[in-house]
Amino acid sequence: MAKTTESSTRPRVGLFVTCLVDLIRPSVGFAAVKLLEDAGCDVAVPAAQTCCGQPAYNSGDKADARALALNTIAAFEGFDYVVAPSGSCAGMLKHHYPELLGDDPQSAEQARAFSERVFELISFLVDVRGFDRVEADFQSTVTYHDSCAGLRELGVKQQPRKLLASVNGLTLTEMEEAEICCGFGGTFCIKYPDVSNAIVEKKTANIAASDPDCLLAGDLGCLMNMAGKMSREGRAIEARHVAEVLAGMTDEPAIGQSIEDKK
Amino acid sequence: MKPTSHAFKSNAKEALGNEPLRRALGGIKRGFVANRARARANLPEFEDLRDEAKAVKEHTLAHLDLYLEAYEKKVVETGGHVHWASSADDARAAILKICRDAGAKTVTKGKSMVGEEIAINEHLEQAGITPVETDLGEYLIQLRHEPPSHIIAPAIHLTKDQVEADFRKTHTELSPERVLEEPEQLVSEARAILREKFLAADVGITGANLLIAETGTSVIVTNEGNGDLTQCLPRIHIVITSIEKVVPTLEDADTILRVLARSATGQEFSTYTTFTTGPKREGDLDGPDEYHVVLLDNGRSEMLGGEFHDMLRCIRCGACMNHCPVYGAVGGHAYGWVYPGPMGAVLTPTLIGVGEAGHLPNASTFCGRCESVCPMRIPLPKMMRHWREREYENGDTPALYKAGLKLWAFAAKRPALYHRLTGLVSPLLSRFGRKGRFASMPLAGGWTDHRDLPAPQGKTFQQRWRERETRR
Amino acid sequence: MSGANARERLLGAVRKSLGVTGDDAARTAAVAERLKARAPNLIPAMAKVSGAKAIKLFTEKLKGQGASVSRITKPDEIPEQLAAYLRDNNLPAEFRTGSDALLAEIPWDTAASLTRHTGAGHGGDAVTLSRAETAAAETGTLFLTSGPENPTTLNFLPDTHIVVIRAEDIHGSYEDAWNVLRKTHEKQGFPRTINLVSGPSRTADIEQIIVMGAHGPRRLHVIIAG
Repeated sequence: MAKTTESSTRPRVGLFVTCLVDLIRPSVGFAAVKLLEDAGCDVAVPAAQTCCGQPAYNSGDKADARALALNTIAAFEGFDYVVAPSGSCAGMLKHHYPELLGDDPQSAEQARAFSERVFELISFLVDVRGFDRVEADFQSTVTYHDSCAGLRELGVKQQPRKLLASVNGLTLTEMEEAEICCGFGGTFCIKYPDVSNAIVEKKTANIAASDPDCLLAGDLGCLMNMAGKMSREGRAIEARHVAEVLAGMTDEPAIGQSIEDKK
Repeated sequence: MKPTSHAFKSNAKEALGNEPLRRALGGIKRGFVANRARARANLPEFEDLRDEAKAVKEHTLAHLDLYLEAYEKKVVETGGHVHWASSADDARAAILKICRDAGAKTVTKGKSMVGEEIAINEHLEQAGITPVETDLGEYLIQLRHEPPSHIIAPAIHLTKDQVEADFRKTHTELSPERVLEEPEQLVSEARAILREKFLAADVGITGANLLIAETGTSVIVTNEGNGDLTQCLPRIHIVITSIEKVVPTLEDADTILRVLARSATGQEFSTYTTFTTGPKREGDLDGPDEYHVVLLDNGRSEMLGGEFHDMLRCIRCGACMNHCPVYGAVGGHAYGWVYPGPMGAVLTPTLIGVGEAGHLPNASTFCGRCESVCPMRIPLPKMMRHWREREYENGDTPALYKAGLKLWAFAAKRPALYHRLTGLVSPLLSRFGRKGRFASMPLAGGWTDHRDLPAPQGKTFQQRWRERETRR
Repeated sequence: MSGANARERLLGAVRKSLGVTGDDAARTAAVAERLKARAPNLIPAMAKVSGAKAIKLFTEKLKGQGASVSRITKPDEIPEQLAAYLRDNNLPAEFRTGSDALLAEIPWDTAASLTRHTGAGHGGDAVTLSRAETAAAETGTLFLTSGPENPTTLNFLPDTHIVVIRAEDIHGSYEDAWNVLRKTHEKQGFPRTINLVSGPSRTADIEQIIVMGAHGPRRLHVIIAG
């Protein structure tokens, strides 16, 4: 896309890539960049970012979580907005950093100011940038899982559905219990594999019962969990991050699939 | 009872293999959860009432000493007795003394979670006094010598076939030919058996959902009416309750009652809500001669003003467990003690120690559904995290897990190193994961035992982005 | 430990955590003020009803909770109503009641077939009759106060519980009901027991299936007079 000359009036958005997107599925990051640019933003990706610190925070390791939080805040200095293609990471940045850094007045103020600039990708597009449709094709019946942090910490519910409604060829079929956790829970799925499995089994049964071609969600962690379970169960349902579909970038094989699977 | 919270993992595994239990837990969604959603939808002010209920409790907790004194004064004025119990031992001793002084042989009991917490039944039995649980669910689990598996539906894990078998084994005075197929028949039999117990009991013990400082009143909420028969028939009524149950006025009680049943069973109001103030009055034809309140602390005062302060707002409605995916998968017994689910994950470590109950605050996905339905807006995930922090500080986090976490954090705090490492690992894994996924992977058995692990696409996003930026 | 010590120990622990003393004037005043003011918190709009609207809501809610409701124009019609109800439900024409003034003044001889017992409830009572002092329409809730007039046991021991309430005693909210009771009982003190009853006894403790008549009455019938 050609660089515009009016960049001074365009908001500067720092993309918080999230470690899973960075490592596992960069295509989600590029889809996010495209959507943000389509929404009239200038996007940059600070190299100094790593992880939001959630694994440490949720394991009780406050010291490391604080260090990572301060690192993230510093990495995104100077941006008008910080946007993440994940409700979980955005929730960490927006709601948990102020809590985590609340003890020290200076960091608390930094965290508070930072928090105001943080958004989850899809809600940013709709609620902040006033996006109400996208130019994209996806010939598919999809179902949408509401990831927990996005839904309950950030109020992401109607925004993805609103944009999905404008995708050519796409039909949304809602599953039962779309708002119930998939059992991923970050380190939970490793610490309590049997319980996590029981929860994701219920989820994939609900997904299958809505008979979609494709499962969409806004968090890669949850998607990897559900996609991994569905492929183990031999279900012919693909899984994608909602940003890929909204950006019209669905050439890549779906999550956990190969080029051969796609053929 | 001896806790088995330390064995959460094996308890959970056993529960997951228990088909009748999983069917029973599946029913919560159609029952409690659907009913709560309907009750909430039918009351436009519900969310505001949650804020008000929280405010009532916060005001009370900030003045707890004074409200307890005001409450006590009224209880005494109306002819009752208050017994202050700092520990479970103190409470048991106070109850036992009242029963002994009365020469009690049998005690009927309404449902009381504080009673479970101090294991009062075991204690009475050891003293030669027979306690009879009269809430149907509590009666069913008493027959089986089990703890409750849910705080408002203690026998939710049982099937009617199991109940039938227990009744045939216990009620041997009845005809073996009798038909006990339907819940109605089982309820009817329990009603007849327990009716005799109500009429014969020397002492009745109930819990309290609320205490009211204005009037010195204790409040119980039931659907069966068992709590009322427990307290209005015997000569002595003992209320076992805890200090955080007090609210200032009847108006404050109204606010909490408006959210309690709606959050618990999804009823707008429970069938029976009973306000009790003191013993029998002059001219009364029924009611107890003596009215005692045992006020238990048992660690609660220590929670005041600290990291777990918010937990003192809990009104024991059970909404958190009804909406919890983990509770929904494993049920209450896996938690290994009296209080299961999210509220138990916070409360149990304070009562029996985080050494025994350390798993409970960890066994959560932090999905936040508990907090989103809690009528008292208790930040349950946040407090579970506080327990994890304490465990981490105490060195109770498993060593291998901690080592992995430390290694990861070491790299994540050094962005240049981190991106060099991930830039090596992602493409490498991608090459091995040609099929787009791994069916197994060393050190990731927790994941790959149950599901495939999606493989990376190749280079990291950061690598690709830098390449793209260079090209532009 | 002696009572006084136990009390001081517990209250001391509470005060220590709160970081307060028991004699802080501002705190004491805040508590005294709240106990005196007895200010209502948020009352839902649907509870802010009175008169015919309150009666209508009260009736709907009670019926929704498994009770039956009938309406008569004056208390004198109670014997006839009661006899009809018992006949329709194949129940014995016999009941127990307290010494409530409203119920005592009724011309019981107009329904000669009815046998009336008085006193506290017995385990064997099939039918009892009580009078509710007031009611809150918001959840179809009767407020039954204890005393020689209306012994508590009458509310729980029978199979069928019949409650009479005067139409003018039906109010909108719980707060309305408390205000009525506070006024009526100003002299003799707050009643020992107030049973808020919103339907017949029930349980769902076996497989979450609702069964009526767990321990209390299987049937609740409410007669609104006036």
